[in-house]
Amino acid sequence: MSTRLAKGGAYLNRQKQVRFSFNGKQFTGYEGDTLASALLANDQVMMGRSFKYHRPRGVVASGAEEPNALVNLGQGGKFEPNQRATTTEVFDGLACTSQNHWPSLEFDIGVVNNYAARFLPAGFYYKTFMAPRAAWKHVFEPIVRQSAGLGKVPRDRDADRYEHFYAFYDVVVIGGGSAGLQAALAAGSAGAKVLAMEQTAHLGGRARIDGGEIDGMPVEAWVAGAAEKLAAMPNVTLRRRMMGAGVYDHGYVLGYERVTDHAPETAGPRHRLWRIRAKQIVTATGAIERPLSFAGNDVPGVMLAGAVRDYVTGWGVSPGDRTVVVTNNDDAYRTAIALKGAGLDVPVILDARGAGGGALAEEARALGIRIENGKGIAKVRGGKRVTGVAICTQAGEGSVLEEIACDAVAMSGGWSPVVHLWSHCGGKLIWDEAQAHFRPDPARAPTSHDGKPFVIPAGSANGPLDLAGVIADAHAAGLAAARAVGCAPLDCPLPEVAPQPEAALEPVWLMPQGAGPKLRMKAWLDYQNDVKVSDVRLAAQEGYESVEHTKRYTTLGMATDQGKLSNINGLATLAGQLNAPIPAVGTTTFRPPYTPISFGAIAGEARDAVFQPLRRTPIHDWHEAQGAFFEPVGHWRRPYCFPREGESHAAAVKREILQTRNSVGLLDASTLGKIIVKGPDAGRFMDMLYTNMMSTLKPGKCRYGLMCSENGFLIDDGVVARIDEETFLCHTTTGGAERIHGWMEDWLQCEWWDWNVYTANVTEQFAQIAIVGPNARKVLQKLGGMDVGKEALAFMEWKDGRLGEFDARAYRISFSGELSYEIAVPASQGRAFWDALLTAGEEYGIAPYGTEALHVMRAEKGFIMIGDETDGTVIPQDLGLNWAISKKKEDFLGKRAQERRHMSDPDRWKLVGLDTLDGSVIPDGAYAIAAGENANGQRNTQGRVTSTYYSPTLDRGIAMGLVHRGPERMGEVIEFNKVDGGTVMARIVDPVFFDKDGEKQNV
Amino acid sequence: MLILECPYCGVTAEETELHAEGEAHLKRFGPGSDDAAFEGYLFMRENPKGVHFERWRHSNGCGKFFHAARCTMTLQVFGTYPAQTLEPPQDIRDRISAVYPGWRWRDFA
Amino acid sequence: MSEAVSALQGAVSEGFARVKETGLRGMITLRCDLASGALAKALKAVLGAKVPGQRRIVDGAGGRVAWMSPDELLILCAHDRAQAMVGELAAALGREHALVVNVSDARAVFAVSGTGAREVLAKLAPVDLSDEAFQPGEIRRTRLAQVPAAFWINQDGRFEIVCFRSVAQYVFDILKVSAEPGGEIGVLT
Repeated sequence: MSTRLAKGGAYLNRQKQVRFSFNGKQFTGYEGDTLASALLANDQVMMGRSFKYHRPRGVVASGAEEPNALVNLGQGGKFEPNQRATTTEVFDGLACTSQNHWPSLEFDIGVVNNYAARFLPAGFYYKTFMAPRAAWKHVFEPIVRQSAGLGKVPRDRDADRYEHFYAFYDVVVIGGGSAGLQAALAAGSAGAKVLAMEQTAHLGGRARIDGGEIDGMPVEAWVAGAAEKLAAMPNVTLRRRMMGAGVYDHGYVLGYERVTDHAPETAGPRHRLWRIRAKQIVTATGAIERPLSFAGNDVPGVMLAGAVRDYVTGWGVSPGDRTVVVTNNDDAYRTAIALKGAGLDVPVILDARGAGGGALAEEARALGIRIENGKGIAKVRGGKRVTGVAICTQAGEGSVLEEIACDAVAMSGGWSPVVHLWSHCGGKLIWDEAQAHFRPDPARAPTSHDGKPFVIPAGSANGPLDLAGVIADAHAAGLAAARAVGCAPLDCPLPEVAPQPEAALEPVWLMPQGAGPKLRMKAWLDYQNDVKVSDVRLAAQEGYESVEHTKRYTTLGMATDQGKLSNINGLATLAGQLNAPIPAVGTTTFRPPYTPISFGAIAGEARDAVFQPLRRTPIHDWHEAQGAFFEPVGHWRRPYCFPREGESHAAAVKREILQTRNSVGLLDASTLGKIIVKGPDAGRFMDMLYTNMMSTLKPGKCRYGLMCSENGFLIDDGVVARIDEETFLCHTTTGGAERIHGWMEDWLQCEWWDWNVYTANVTEQFAQIAIVGPNARKVLQKLGGMDVGKEALAFMEWKDGRLGEFDARAYRISFSGELSYEIAVPASQGRAFWDALLTAGEEYGIAPYGTEALHVMRAEKGFIMIGDETDGTVIPQDLGLNWAISKKKEDFLGKRAQERRHMSDPDRWKLVGLDTLDGSVIPDGAYAIAAGENANGQRNTQGRVTSTYYSPTLDRGIAMGLVHRGPERMGEVIEFNKVDGGTVMARIVDPVFFDKDGEKQNV
Repeated sequence: MLILECPYCGVTAEETELHAEGEAHLKRFGPGSDDAAFEGYLFMRENPKGVHFERWRHSNGCGKFFHAARCTMTLQVFGTYPAQTLEPPQDIRDRISAVYPGWRWRDFA
Repeated sequence: MSEAVSALQGAVSEGFARVKETGLRGMITLRCDLASGALAKALKAVLGAKVPGQRRIVDGAGGRVAWMSPDELLILCAHDRAQAMVGELAAALGREHALVVNVSDARAVFAVSGTGAREVLAKLAPVDLSDEAFQPGEIRRTRLAQVPAAFWINQDGRFEIVCFRSVAQYVFDILKVSAEPGGEIGVLT
């Protein structure tokens, strides 16, 4: 039985009871309980089942390292799988379920895997599912998928909110145990701006549980005093429930603050991800106890000795009436003493060391506890719960000397520093023979932008495990961090701690050391992924010598706990099998985050409406009110079409085109890029940017121009207006404005910095509206103002003036082949101008058209579209745009590239029109097939479609495409594949399908 | 995530304010250049484990392009400097030499 | 003259800090050699302002002048003054190589006020917004979440933020969500 003790529990508020449920059963706990402590207090020792064998599992640890006690937490929009019971604070109404079993935790079908365990050794999956090939899809994969994974996948949208916070500190101290507090005190007293964080709700860490004295006062009182002192320092911030998730380049630290996990009904974000820049980082992250590898070390009730102590002292929970302690070091004696102090029974302490323990052992003996030196556990008795242990000599092979009844086992294999955050950014480790653990190598710290170390380990995270050593080390770390950020350390005294000498630890990697295969098969290394001593040994036998390979082959350390408990034991086992020293085998890589953090925290505010910025034109609200169907163009949302009640998109597009071609239509063209280029060298610069000659353009005139990359490929196009002698206005594509502006700045800043040219991106200063169609002029004339007559504003001219009540710049340009004006007005008046046009055009049935109508109309005219006819491998010459490439200019961007042999190869695919024989529409992206097959056995091709539409104007399908030697093959019929497997025949024709002579636009 | 000081506005900017713009100190070869020179300009790039010279743009900031000298292995930054130069300034070269005596990068040493 | 409207027409959100779109503001981009004497004279004549130093924003009788880059200033003035001021500045600069352009309508302006204003901004911008690091008189160009923006803090602790007009709704929304009650952090005041 595990139960709540009548007294004790440093973390508990016994005044406040909370109710929660586990697998539908109602339980009570106290404020301050973790889910694990509260479940133990209710005798719920079994908390889940293992991943592979579905073995019953209980909680083994008391903190972030817990591999077993994972639950599905919450419901609906607050559901989250794989939450560690040991780090989940209980609150009123908490509901959770255990994982990885069916139909129930108590009775689970999947446990058959356990009985088949001998057939599921390391690499089972790799070896088994190789053949027959067809079986993978139909047999293996469905079964593996069904049984794979821990916990359930959330089905509802996350109901919580999350945020980021950018913070800047001199010194960030990670860990709020005694070491973290002392380091923060030292650095803070020196005047450094300090952020200290503790992942749990409690400060003081292990020291608070283990007791002792600092500066002559009990640890508990010292911790409270330190917290008070830190709170009083204006330069120090101390946050609880905040974990140092990762340390990255140049002092970047992620702090994962669980703001309302413990109180979900409070307003505020659930998690906050602190994106911190620290000049120095002190990792006071403590140490994690190692399990011992004996048979049955995973039976519920077998726990780490330190965890048992935590539950007894911190949470007032008895893990069992009779607890056997098994250890290879002195620290576990503290657990026996604590259990005894709580009035519980410790039938025996099994000390694997022949010589036994030191002063703590004497203390335990004085309490009347039986101690057996040189002994260990041969086997744990019990299935869903410990019922006893079989004792053996550690030196032997496991012959049972004695059976001892008990309901809990507290084990300790020694302590390993939490070196994760030290290692994230490249800190190296050294092997400490005496403590049998890896600790940070001070000579090989991670370095920052200045080439200097920026992480300082402190306390037990740096190796020392005794309180005196921890405090002294943390004090030095805090001062060193302060010095490194340029603070002169003030007089912050080192607290006095009486040394507590302990007898030396003896490494124990297998218990008993000569355990045979049968015992090794039940000696767990990685609890969550079910990796045993036998699996690692097998991997080594099969040739997996690298620790990284062994990890992946056996899945050791690959579960959600990332091997926090199993790492050292696993590689010591591997080293033993390889007969190599442990440091030669090395560790696997420590990668952030330290424990899993929520996706919500990573995303921060970026969800729903602000998942990404949407750019809106000044007329956007009108489009929305009209029920426009939008399409994304870059971050813009542009109306694709404006369907009316009951109208399909295709019908809407057709109506919009016919309305425009027959009368007048309206397009919101505000998204088009507008960049001003000005200066005495502007003409020269424009000649370099564009393939055309732009310097000869007269003020008041417009010219269509092309831009190429230095690789010769077409990157953008648009109409250039010359404003005055020194000033050009360049229109770019909607998606190209920022990119092309950057491109211009790049050349001006980095290549031709002696040219006198300035640019400005004025895209959003203007709302730009295209008025298009035979009645376009009449609409503008109705507004009144500037003369937009045939002569006053001829095709490819622009002028400034008034239109109605508006200051406007009118461009007489056309992307549809119709009589067309594009009018720019200040964005603040864009909507008003749009409304004025609608009113003026009423008698002509004026209606807006969207991007699809725009696309169709330009295709009818054979105008290219960047991104349709171009894909980054197309040069203007491919598109028959030779007329827009100056032959007079010595140089322009892309010219040299276009001189390459391949670029003038007559075998290039070139733009043509495609006219289907049956009038149908060729599918998007269809390829023109050719005779024969290529080297890969695929059908040869001779071209592809770049734009294809139903043309309402011509009432049939039209298309453009790039075809091998296309322009030389006019009239030839070629074959395009279709999505359904058939083909469609199309004749190669001129790409201009409509109004070849441009009579409509030149009226 | 790197931090680099923009030499134009003096801001110590984290990487999310910046945009990487490829290798620094490329010499442009235009019409009339031979194929090898043009190929070198357009395609051939250094890929060092160690000292490297790069272009960055303070895109979410003052918008200026600048150069950075850094070590691709340790991420040590030896300095940033304006784009309007054909070679790294001497003080930055000296700082590199202090860490990597005898370093070479293209024609610079 | 048709009435000009700002992107969000004065939208307000009350959280632990107050977020407000402040309506139309005159803004002029002026690109020029910032060391030129002609520029100093023009700014003095038209605005009564000095050329601001690196990342500074200064006041003049006719408006504010902000340093945007080594060859670019942003002039803030009344919206209905901007177009005329462009002409005045261009005239005052004479033959000096410069680009003066009205960008008033390409922008949206927000104010964030209240004790938590610094924290609202610090949730979105990778900038040290602590009192000791960021003070009135400085303009910072950076990003707010996913879009470029510039901001400064006034003597009264109120931030003013300039972004592109097309993303005004996005910026308003992220400021609003960052200022939602319960999101106070309590480290920047």
